Formats: sequence, C-alpha cells, structure tokens
Amino acid sequence: MSYQGKFRVWRGDDSGGALEDFTVEVNEGEVVLDIIHRLQATQAPDLAVRWNCKAGKCGSCSAEINGRPRLLCMTRMSVFQESETITVTPMRTFPIIRDLVTDVSFNYTKAREVPSFAPPKDLAPGEYRMQQVDVERSQEFRKCIECFLCQNTCHVVRDHEENKEAFSGPRFLMRVAELEMHPLDTADRVDQAQDDHGLGYCNITKCCSEVCPEHIHITDNALIPMKERVADRKYDPVVWLGNKLFRRS
Amino acid sequence: MARAEIAARTLRTDRWWLPPLTTFVGLLLISIYAAFRTFQGDYYWVDQYHYLTPMYSPCLTEECVPAASHFGQWFPALPGFLTPPLLIIPFLLGFRITCYYYRKAYYRAAWASPPACAVAEPHSKYTGETRFPLIAQNLHRYFFYAASLLLLVNIYDAVSAFSTGLGLGNIILLVNVSLLAAYTLSCHSCRHIAGGRLKHFSKHPVRYWMWTQISKLNNRHMQLAWASLIFVCLTDLYVALVASGTISDLRFIN
Ligand code: SF4
Ligand code: SF4
Ligand code: FES
Ligand code: FES
Repeated sequence: MSYQGKFRVWRGDDSGGALEDFTVEVNEGEVVLDIIHRLQATQAPDLAVRWNCKAGKCGSCSAEINGRPRLLCMTRMSVFQESETITVTPMRTFPIIRDLVTDVSFNYTKAREVPSFAPPKDLAPGEYRMQQVDVERSQEFRKCIECFLCQNTCHVVRDHEENKEAFSGPRFLMRVAELEMHPLDTADRVDQAQDDHGLGYCNITKCCSEVCPEHIHITDNALIPMKERVADRKYDPVVWLGNKLFRRS
Repeated sequence: MARAEIAARTLRTDRWWLPPLTTFVGLLLISIYAAFRTFQGDYYWVDQYHYLTPMYSPCLTEECVPAASHFGQWFPALPGFLTPPLLIIPFLLGFRITCYYYRKAYYRAAWASPPACAVAEPHSKYTGETRFPLIAQNLHRYFFYAASLLLLVNIYDAVSAFSTGLGLGNIILLVNVSLLAAYTLSCHSCRHIAGGRLKHFSKHPVRYWMWTQISKLNNRHMQLAWASLIFVCLTDLYVALVASGTISDLRFIN
C-alpha cells in the first residue's frame, strides 16, 4: 500500500534556512531515508543528505525526525500515522553545511584528544594475552558506529555551545572508559576523564543511552563506572588512604 | 560556522513533558506524606504485634515508646516539634538524593536540565557536577554505607516482629525490607565496590560473580527505586492505621 505522505524538511546552510513542505509517495516497508531519496530524485535534486550503508552500520545518516535524534535509514515509516506530517531536520549541535548535512569534526577533534591504547612496554604485538571476562566489559563499547547521535543529544553541548571546549561528550568519555577497563592498558585514564574530558559535566540524565542506535548502556556501563573511579581517586578519603597504606593501584 | 537556524525549542511531537511531570508529582506527593508522618510523631509502633514503621527505625531518643527502641535510646528527647526520625532522615534522604537514578529523575523533572532528550533546557549556564554544591554527589558511597546499616536495622525490626505470630503486617514489613534490600544492592556504588572497580575480573572470581549478579539488579535500579520508595510509604501507612486503631491487623496465626 502506498500513500502520499506529508513532510517538512529543513533546507538551508550557515547563512540561514527554513522548513520546507513536501508531499512524497511512501510505500510499504520503507524507511525515512527512502523518502528523502525519492524527494531528491523527484522534487529537490540539490537536497543534501549524508548516507552510506542503509543498514544502520556506517553511522552517516544521523538526523532528527520529529525532533528526535535518529538514523534516517533505521526509522521505519510504519511507526508514523499516514496523516502525520514528518519533520526532518539536521543534527542541532553541530555546525550546518547544507540541508541535512552537518560538520561533525568536533567529534574528530575530541577523538584525537584521547591518548591511544597503551599496552605494557615489554609486550610485543602478537604476545597480547587476556581473559575473555576481562575484555568483555570494554567490548560492549566497541559496538559504537560513530553516528554521534549521543554527542548531538547530550544537553551539555547541545544547549551550551561554550561547553564544547571542556567536554568531550558521551562517545569519547565512553572511549576513555573502554581503555580504562581494558586489561592491557597501562595509562592512567581516571584523572584524564575528569580533568581533560569534562566527566563532571555529565549529570547522568541518560539521553545518550536513550538515542544510541546500538543500544549501548553508555551511562550505566561507561559514564557511571568512570564517575565511581573518579570518586575513588579524588573524593573518597578512605580509598585514598587505603591506596597510600597498602600501595595498591 | 553556525548551527542550522531552527527557532523551535524542540520539534518533538510526542508528549515529552509527561514523564518529567509524572516524576515531579510523584516525588512531591511522597515528600509531603513523609514530612507529615515525620512531624506527626505518633502511630509508629504497634505494641501488640511489634510492628515498627521503617520511617521511625531505629528510634533513638527518649521520647520513643521504649519497646520501639530496639537499639536503645541514645539521645535525650528532642525539643519542640522535632521528632526521632529527624536523626535518621538525613542519611536516608541523602542516600536517595545522591542516588544516580534519582539524580537523573530530579535533574530532569525539577530542574529541567534537560526536561527531556532533545528539548532545550531553560538555563543559560551549565556546569553540571563539576563544582560545589553538586560536586558533593560524589559522596554517594558514604550514604550507601549508612543506608546499608539502616537496612540491617529494618531487617531486624521485620524479623523480630514475627515473635508475636503472623499477620498481614508481618508480610508487609517483610516485602518492604526485601524491596529496600534489592534497591540498596542494585546501587551503582555497590556495583562498583563489589567488583566494578577491578580491572582484572579473572583474578577475582568471587567478586566477579557478585558484580555479575548486582549488574542484573542494577538494570532494574529505576524500578526498584520507585517500588521501594512507594512501598515504604505504604508500609508506614499500614502501621499507622493499625497503631491508631483505624483498622485491625489481619492475623493468620495468633
Ligand atoms: S548521561 Fe551525561 S553524557 Fe549522556 S547525555 Fe546525559 S549528560 Fe550527556
Ligand atoms: S555511542 Fe551510540 S549514539 Fe554514540 S556514536 Fe556510538 S553508536 Fe552513536
Ligand atoms: S546509512 Fe549507514 S547508518 Fe544509516
Ligand atoms: S545509585 Fe541509586 S542508590 Fe546508589
């Protein structure tokens, strides 16, 4: 069954823009990205949209649909009413390039600021040995497809451009947690998380976890455990004393 | 380069304001009830069946009914309108206020920071938990220790009430401490202390097992937070109704 669906799509660039109305054919089984492609093919050939895999794996097609941060290729048209007007806008938190395409380089900058994996110095590549239970925890975070929807939704930077300097965002705090929990990483990531990546800005309101298309428990499994480690290090005199007395680390 | 020019605070079309509103009203009603019962200073102990409401436990001052003070009366009677629960409430309240789940709940519902995902918050500046006073949220584990002790006291109360037989009140007290125990065990700090802080689970199989079990509970932390909070109030209400003679306890044995 196909029908004529009503859409509002944001068009413009960094000098300004607005929502434009379109009526586009919708067929059974389609996702929002299909509609955007049909719109491009039939009515707006210069509409800019970024996509690659159409399978929810490349993380390119992030946008906001009816105000909710989502992947265009993973949002089925069947979740909407036929009478509904569907609004498609670019991610708000990043600078606009054109139409639905934003400049996500903030994320690449933050990624580069996380010091890379630091195995023990005397261990040659190929000699890494670790137990499955030890790597398991950080493996959950490897499911990330770098769609940056979490970065886009996090109110710390979404609502406060000025915090971009100090705050790396959930995706990269999760990267810090991944390395911190890795059995062979020797770097000290706890102070870094708080001092260099702004973990204290996160108020654990869980919007990152809510929008993650990979359903990673970013807040529960990465951010809160990191906050607990920071508390061990900086805010817990008993643990601090124990570490001093027994030289644990 | 600028962001896309979109004036609307949010383009969400669902009822995004409903969950924060529900949370706010729920927390408000419970606070009012708890404040009322705290300052009422009465109907917390059923002498006949040894039911003590968790809100007055332990009852540590000299104005407590002597039989309700299972652990002795350490302090003189409090002056004026002050009541015995005021000595324990700072710890219980502190535990809930610094809880990672409740933080999410009231940051969203009471402070609108953010009210819901992808809905702009009304504040012009935001520093999160980086400075005083919110940096004190990092003390959560100390409240966890205190609340665990109080939980043991509640368990003692619930178990010792069985000495008089078995009534509906006993079952209620038992369910109450089970929910409180589940909530306390599912705490993120507890998960961290039990095993979460380890880098090598393989070297600590027992702690790894504990961490695994607590993680399962931790997945339900929000549900347990609400269930235990509401049930504490219901337990207290039941004890108050029996203690005041409004209803009589349903007895199964004795
Ligand atoms: S939980 Fe923290 S990182 Fe995630 S969206 Fe909320 S404030 Fe941002
Ligand atoms: S953590 Fe989830 S939401 Fe964030 S970038 Fe990775 S896949 Fe996207
Ligand atoms: S196109 Fe690859 S995730 Fe949507
Ligand atoms: S996190 Fe909720 S009680 Fe500790």
